[in-house]
Amino acid sequence: MTGDAAEWRPTAGLAALKRRAAMLAELRAFFAERSVLEVETPLLSAETTLDLHLEPLSSRVDAPGVERGRMYLQTSPELAMKRLLAAGSGSIYQVCKAFRGGERGRWHNPEFTILEWYRVGWDVHRLMREVAALIETLLAGSHRLEPAVYASYADLLRRHAGVDPYDASTEALRQAVEDTPSPVDTGGLDRDDLLSRLFGERVEPRFAPDRVTVVYDYPATQAAMAQLNVSDPRTAERFEAYVGEIELANGYGELCDPTEQRQRLERDLESRRRTGRPLPPVPSRFLAALESGLPSCAGVALGFDRLLGLALGAGSIEELISFPVERA
Amino acid sequence: MASYNMNQVRTGLKVLESGEPNVIISCDFIKPGKGQAFTRVKMRNLLNGRVNEKTYKPGDLLEGADVIETSMQYLYTDGEHWFFMNPDTYDQVEADASALGGAEQWIKEEDICNVTLWNGHPILVAAPNFVTREVVETDPGLKGDTSSGGNKPAKLETGAVVKVPLFIQTGESIRVDTRTGEYVSRGKT
Repeated sequence: MTGDAAEWRPTAGLAALKRRAAMLAELRAFFAERSVLEVETPLLSAETTLDLHLEPLSSRVDAPGVERGRMYLQTSPELAMKRLLAAGSGSIYQVCKAFRGGERGRWHNPEFTILEWYRVGWDVHRLMREVAALIETLLAGSHRLEPAVYASYADLLRRHAGVDPYDASTEALRQAVEDTPSPVDTGGLDRDDLLSRLFGERVEPRFAPDRVTVVYDYPATQAAMAQLNVSDPRTAERFEAYVGEIELANGYGELCDPTEQRQRLERDLESRRRTGRPLPPVPSRFLAALESGLPSCAGVALGFDRLLGLALGAGSIEELISFPVERA
Repeated sequence: MASYNMNQVRTGLKVLESGEPNVIISCDFIKPGKGQAFTRVKMRNLLNGRVNEKTYKPGDLLEGADVIETSMQYLYTDGEHWFFMNPDTYDQVEADASALGGAEQWIKEEDICNVTLWNGHPILVAAPNFVTREVVETDPGLKGDTSSGGNKPAKLETGAVVKVPLFIQTGESIRVDTRTGEYVSRGKT
């Protein structure tokens, strides 16, 4: 986008703004009907994710009583919402802004709207069904979706990419990635990077545009904050929901064990150190909440802008947000 | 030439890939919620016209290709090479048949052509979009028939054969769209 006189104008049309407002009302009705409590947590926090593939934006904050000068814009409300859960909130949801540095593309803007919710006492499969129901409800005005399909990560890779994510040699995965229609120089990519590339090139394009596809049982090495499966510890209770190729939601049977969580955070920190990435502090208030006791729960985050995009048949995120980063 | 990082790649950029000049026709940022970011780039090879797709990691660099498009005057051919001149500097370049890619059947001495140069050598020559050329060979049509939709082949002085209305006669000039190879009108007399 070049600097021209039209830069003050929104990139989203009035119809998109109206649809956004209507969809927000529908999602609040969806959760009100189910007695899930709407909450707000700080966008700006002293604690943030250590995920290797997320780049939190930070700001210096000068205010009386602020311990550390540097605070982070949330990449998702996960840490703060889990502190509410540990404090006894019961099932909660939040729709708010999240920020991820370096992310700009057809379906990415560094600032975007996220819907995140937690179900206390639910297992991950029950939440997967609720995610499909929410997507189907919010798209009902524009799409008559076929019933959702559910498939495991490993089954999909075996079926569409011809590799087994657990048994294939790293060399075989490398070769498989180099054989895709959009090959990448695989030097420096680890097993999970290779799997992720194969999934994006071979599996996602197969997802039907007229239904929700839920992928579950991600490899334990991509567990993030999900607990491992008791029946198969090679996999974690993590799932993603798609409509067509559009990745809409990522959810977990939440990891409640503070010791395991601390170990994962330290591993993430070590990976960040090794690759020369910024090193935010270990989120100690979050860990303290887990130590005091996170109730067994399942939680999920959903990209609200992308869901709106599906409802409107939009071709990019610009059509959905008033001012993308170039005009913000 | 400059190198470009993944935040700088954009449509229209000319880059080297496997040692050959390419023009980027689209780029797409891919980032799973949990996973490494990539940039998927679609590019057209300027030497053979083929479209290829490749994916790059955030730290990858693309080397810029010294490719420019310029207007040059067609001078002559020796049957193997076609010679063009920069009208400002009088510099001459010679293009081979693969760079002409069919343009040779339209162009005539003194035509101004769009020439793509890579490191100073012509890799692509485009004939002017419209040219007026003399018909050197066509069947005599039906005299006076200016309305019926029929047509016939006609050979032009530069070698191309185009379909023309039946009333066009040998020796007449016609205007042709070189991009489609279609007859447009009778040429100016």
